[in-house]
Formats: sequence, C-alpha cells, structure tokens
Amino acid sequence: MSTLDQFRKETHDWLVANCPASMRTPQKRSEGVYGGRRASFPNDDAKLWMDRMVEKRWTAPDWASEYGGGGLSAEETKILAQEMEALGCRKPIVGHGFWMLGPALLEYGTEEQKLEHLPKIARGEIRWCQGYSEPGAGSDLASLRCKAEDKGDHFVLNGQKSWTSDGDKADWIFCLVRTNDEGKKQEGISFVLFDMETPGVSVRPVPLITGESHFCDTFLDNVVVPKSQVVGEINKGWSVAKALLVHERTMMSQIERNMPKPKFSTIDYAKNYLPLNDDGTIKDALMRNRLANHLMRDQSIKLSQQRAFEEGMAGTFDMRVSTIFKYISTEEKTAKDSMVADMMGMTGAGWDTDRFTFDEYTKTYEWMSNKALTIAGGSSEVQLNLVSKRGLGLPEK
Amino acid sequence: MPLALNEEQRMLRDTAREFLQNNAPVSLMRELRDSGDSKGYSDAVWQQMIELGFPAVAIPESYGGLGFGYLGAGAILEEAGKTLAHSPFYSTVALGAAAITLGGTEEQKQSLLAAIAAGELTLAMAHEESNHHQPNTVSLSASASGDNYVLNGKKLFVAEGAIAHKLLVSARTQGNNNDQDGITLFLVDRNSEGVSCQTSTMIDSRNYADIEFNNVKASAANIIGTVNQAFTILDKTFDYGRICLAAEMLGGAQTMFDKTVEYLKDREQFGQKIGSFQALQHRAAKMFAELELTRSAVVGALAAIDDDSDNLPIMASLAKTRANDTYRLITDEAVQMHGGIGLTDEMDIGFYLKRCRVSIHSLGDSGFHTDRYATLHGI
Repeated sequence: MSTLDQFRKETHDWLVANCPASMRTPQKRSEGVYGGRRASFPNDDAKLWMDRMVEKRWTAPDWASEYGGGGLSAEETKILAQEMEALGCRKPIVGHGFWMLGPALLEYGTEEQKLEHLPKIARGEIRWCQGYSEPGAGSDLASLRCKAEDKGDHFVLNGQKSWTSDGDKADWIFCLVRTNDEGKKQEGISFVLFDMETPGVSVRPVPLITGESHFCDTFLDNVVVPKSQVVGEINKGWSVAKALLVHERTMMSQIERNMPKPKFSTIDYAKNYLPLNDDGTIKDALMRNRLANHLMRDQSIKLSQQRAFEEGMAGTFDMRVSTIFKYISTEEKTAKDSMVADMMGMTGAGWDTDRFTFDEYTKTYEWMSNKALTIAGGSSEVQLNLVSKRGLGLPEK
Repeated sequence: MPLALNEEQRMLRDTAREFLQNNAPVSLMRELRDSGDSKGYSDAVWQQMIELGFPAVAIPESYGGLGFGYLGAGAILEEAGKTLAHSPFYSTVALGAAAITLGGTEEQKQSLLAAIAAGELTLAMAHEESNHHQPNTVSLSASASGDNYVLNGKKLFVAEGAIAHKLLVSARTQGNNNDQDGITLFLVDRNSEGVSCQTSTMIDSRNYADIEFNNVKASAANIIGTVNQAFTILDKTFDYGRICLAAEMLGGAQTMFDKTVEYLKDREQFGQKIGSFQALQHRAAKMFAELELTRSAVVGALAAIDDDSDNLPIMASLAKTRANDTYRLITDEAVQMHGGIGLTDEMDIGFYLKRCRVSIHSLGDSGFHTDRYATLHGI
C-alpha cells in the first residue's frame, strides 16, 4: 500500500471513530461554527467535533505545525477533504481566518505575526472579519479613503468600512487603510490588523433583502493601531490585499464544495415540484432544456476544477486559467438558484416556515442571498476585467 | 480518471503539433481547395502520418497498435483541428477501429486492426440516412440469402465514403425503421458490385458521398457484432466518434480564439488598440472561459473512453454539446471582431467557420445531445 493509500485509510478510520453521527448529517444554514471569543455552537456535538479536529490539528490541515496546522501535504489535504466529503462530515469550523487571512499571513506576515495569529485561528479562538469596501470604494477598491495617520510607533485610524461580514460577531479585523494620499492610489494603502474591542471601533448591522443582517457598517473614530500590526510593508498593502482576494476568489470558486451539501439535487427539485409526464420526465420542454444545460455546466466546472488540480500537481497548469473560476462558478450558482426557485413556482416564493417546509423557505432565501456571490469578492464585471487583462493580456485603455 | 496528460501523451501531442504545423498547415488545406481536390487531404501527408505511427495510437498493443488510448488519439485530432489538417485518421481510427474493437470477433480484430495500425486499411462509417444524425434510424435493408445478405438502400453524407477501402454499413435486418433492435453492422468493400457513390461538395472542402446499395452481397462473415443487435456497438462507436470529433473541434476553437486575441492586441481604431475596449474584452474573457470548460469536458470524455467508463454516453453528449457551442461562439465572434476582413477568403477564419458548421451537424448537434443528456439523467 502506498503512503498516500495508507494515509487515506487512517484518515477514514479516524473520521469514522471521531466524527459524531449528527455531524455527518446535512447542515442547516444556521448551524455553521465560526469560533471566536463569543463562540456559539448549535449543539454539543458541534463543539465536540470542533474540539476533536482542533486537537488533531485538522482545522487548518495544510498549515505548518508551529502555526497550529496539521502539516499535511497538498495531496494529503485533498485526501482529507475527499474523505470528509465521502462521509458527509460537516466542516468543524469555518471563517475568514481560515480561507482569507491565514493564507495571506503565511505569505506576507512576519514570523511574530504568524506565531501570534495563526494558532488562534486554527484553534477557533479568534474570529476574523474583513475591512475592505467603503461607501465610496466598491469595485474600485483601491480608491479607499479610510485614513491612517502616522504617529511614530502607531497609526490613528478614522473612516468607515462597509460590508463587514459578521462585523458584530468578529473579534479582530484585517483592514485596508490609506497611509499615503499622493501618487498612484494603489501605492498608498496599508494592510493592518486590530482588535474590534479597540476604543473607537463601532459597528451597525445592515438589514438586507433577506431580512437578515450579516453585513455591518464599521466606523473607526481615532482607533490606535501599533505599527507591529501592519502586514507587509507600509504603503504596500495592496499586494497583500490582492493576494488575499485571490484566496477569497478561490474559496468562492469552490462555492458548492464549501457550502453544506444540499439535501436535494436539482433533479430532485424538478421531480418534486414540476408537472411530470407519466414516465417521470419533465413536461415543460424549456425547463427540461434549462435543467440539462445547468447539469452540463455544473459537470464542466467540476471537471475544470479537477483538471486544474491535476495539472497543478503535474506542473502543467496554465495559471491564466485560474482567472476564470470565480466568474464561472458564481454565475452558475446564482443562475441555478434562480432555476430551482422557478421550478418550485409559487412555493419558491414562500416566506414562512409554517406554510412552507424549512427546505422550501431556504431555497427562497438562497435565491436572494446568493445574488451576493456575483458581487462580493470582485463582481463578475471586475472578474471579466481580470480575465481579459491578466489572463489574456489585452491592453489597458 | 486522469484529466492531465501524462508525459508520454504530452510527447505525442508535441510530435503531432510539430508535424502538422510544418507539414499540414492551413495553407495546405487552401491549396487543396483551390486545386479542386476531391479528397480534401494530401496522400503524402497521410503517408508520413502512417510512418509516424498515428493510425496505431489508439489501437491496443495486442493488435499491432501503440496503446496510447484515446487521450492519445484526441491529442492528434486536437492538433489536426488547429491547422484544419484532414486525413483518413478520424473515420478510420476514431470510428472504424472503434467499431471493430467493440464488436469484432477475435479474428476480425487480428486482421483488421493490424491493417489499420499499419496504415494499410481505411474505413468509412455509412450510417446516416437523413440530414440529421439519428443513431437508431436505419431503413437500408439487409435480407438473408443463404449464408449471405443482400443490401439495398441509400446512405447519406458518408465522410470518406468515396475513398475508404471498406465501408461499415448499418442495415435493417428486422423491425421498423426507428427500432433500436434489428440493426446489423456489415463490413463491405467499397468496390463491391452494386455500390455506387455520388460525392457531395460541402463547405469544409472535405469529401462526403451519398452511397447507394443496389443488391450488394455481404457475407455473414463480415458482420461486425451480432445480427440484429448492432445498436449497442453502433451507439458506443458513435460516442467514441463524437468525443474524437469534439477534440478536433476544440483545436479549431483554440486556434480561432488565439488568432482573435492576437488581432485585438494589434488592430487600432479610434486611436487605440481595439482590445482595450471593454465591450470586446468581456466577450473575449467569456470565450476564454467557455474554451476552458470545453477543454475539460473533452479531456474528461477522452479519459472516459480509455477507462471504459459507464459514464461514456453522458460524457460524449457533454463533450459534443460543449464543442458545438464553443466552436460556434468562437468562430462567429472571430468573424465579428475581425470585421469585414473576417469575411474575406484571404483570411483563414472562413475555413474554420465552415469546418465548424459541418462538424456541428456530424454525429449530433447540440439539440440532439442536450436531449440525450437529459434522457440519460432521467429528466
């Protein structure tokens, strides 16, 4: 048996022995575990599962052990993910620390910063949020104006951040601030970390069309941040920000894999909610065509992700291709959510859990909430700019 | 199912690329067309392909082949698609050798596959009877006469039909015209008595023929597979063909895309490169995404052949639909983005546009394959 086969077997056995049965059931949207100082768990099993994975160091399996990770290779990390998926294991803990800040710190952080922050992320002790957008800086992120005044050994921050995901629940924030007003707008930005309990930080949740308020406006009023909390060089935060956006896009490209496994497939929705012929096929020819097209697109995207991984391993991957994934995955996901809602007809517009099942309500919710996927992390239009400029090398105006 | 080419397959692809770019560039296709050549390919180039071992790539080593599998054959076809290099390769290897491998007796495989691998035998698939691909529609009749059969009927749009040494002919031995049961596959010499060909000129300048069978005698020994039960072999053979054709189309789409991006970086209007206009950039970016998705579907489908996957029909319909839609999108956009010169004969774009159109309607357009894909998923 090869070493990897051996690893796969041991991983499988460990997961079977340690993942509580209830953590191998489909996860509801409200049951995510994010950790942090004010960590909450949907039930005792969720806490037990997180604690066991933390102890095994598999919450951040590919980080080095001195940073709280499991020190696994890329192949081993993939095997772990595959085995967890095969057994239907829930993610023990998720959040911005794992898939955004962590990778960026590994690349740009000082040794002290890595040792201070990464283990706390891996152990689920600190929950992070992101301070990027501002009221006047959305797609044109580099025009951000949140001011950081140099006071020798520290900065004083003043300004406002928008769309801070779970800003009211997070412990620390990674934040882009303006440290220089002169020259190219990208060259006066710094990437800073600070505690959300620092005096002068206040948050206000913003209700969305779903009725929920995952996003906050974050106000900074004379917030003191020591210079030791700058990641990368001062005025060179844009590089860190872009690297982190790549991680964000990677995560959003694998949106389906990173979301709880759906209870029903799109075919199930078609069969359960659409008028059918006697042989069980869909009566509406256009809807049948629409579903077939989505199934084909889904399959093509999955094959492309698999091919990218395998070519990466073989050293033959064309990096230009990586620019397309966020665009195609999120466009497909939102179009599919819209299709499923259409399949459900009037039920797909239901908005309570008495008349409608929880699952039906969730589908209506997802149709609305997933509209954010083609906007957040660089809108589809921004992605197409990236593909054409970085991927294809088309000229600037 | 591996989706990245291994080192051997990459070397084969590179060999094919170098050979075809140097010996069968698009200018060769133009010369053949201008000279009114009826075959659409150069015998000399085909001979060199034989010497390089191309016809042997997908044939198992036990039958005189090289055993590179269909990922190997697909790599050659993709490169051929880039330069529009036509040859008997597709009809003989992708379709013909497939039918014999899938349905032939040990004896047939020993003799026929070895001859194909050595470049001594070319085949054509004589199946369609209408202007659309219909795998189970067969009315050409084969009636038993002692140990032999007598074929009567007509086949349309047979690629290499006027040139190949032998024809694989689907015939009705039982049932009604659209029944899956009752189809038998015969191997018939093209020069047999009673076979008459009328060639059709098609926009891709390759050779196609309508073939009439008038009391053509076929020996029972030349049946491929079981009497009345050929549909399974036939449809699987078509799947191999659909996937290989998709590989060729991918090559054409890739070339048209590369040429168009090149043009966007070069052409100036309003005092700037037209590639700096967002209206064109976003369309180019979308084409790139479609092209990459198509590549994954095609490579996945080729791998499904090599793995003898149960998923083969689904993968074939996926790959052909994607290749149809993407090649069409990219050739249409290539013309539009080049503007007026895109419509001149001097540019090569028109050749790809025309080849694309014929390829789309060979072995199933996207309507056919989307419907089939849906049916295979039980919807």
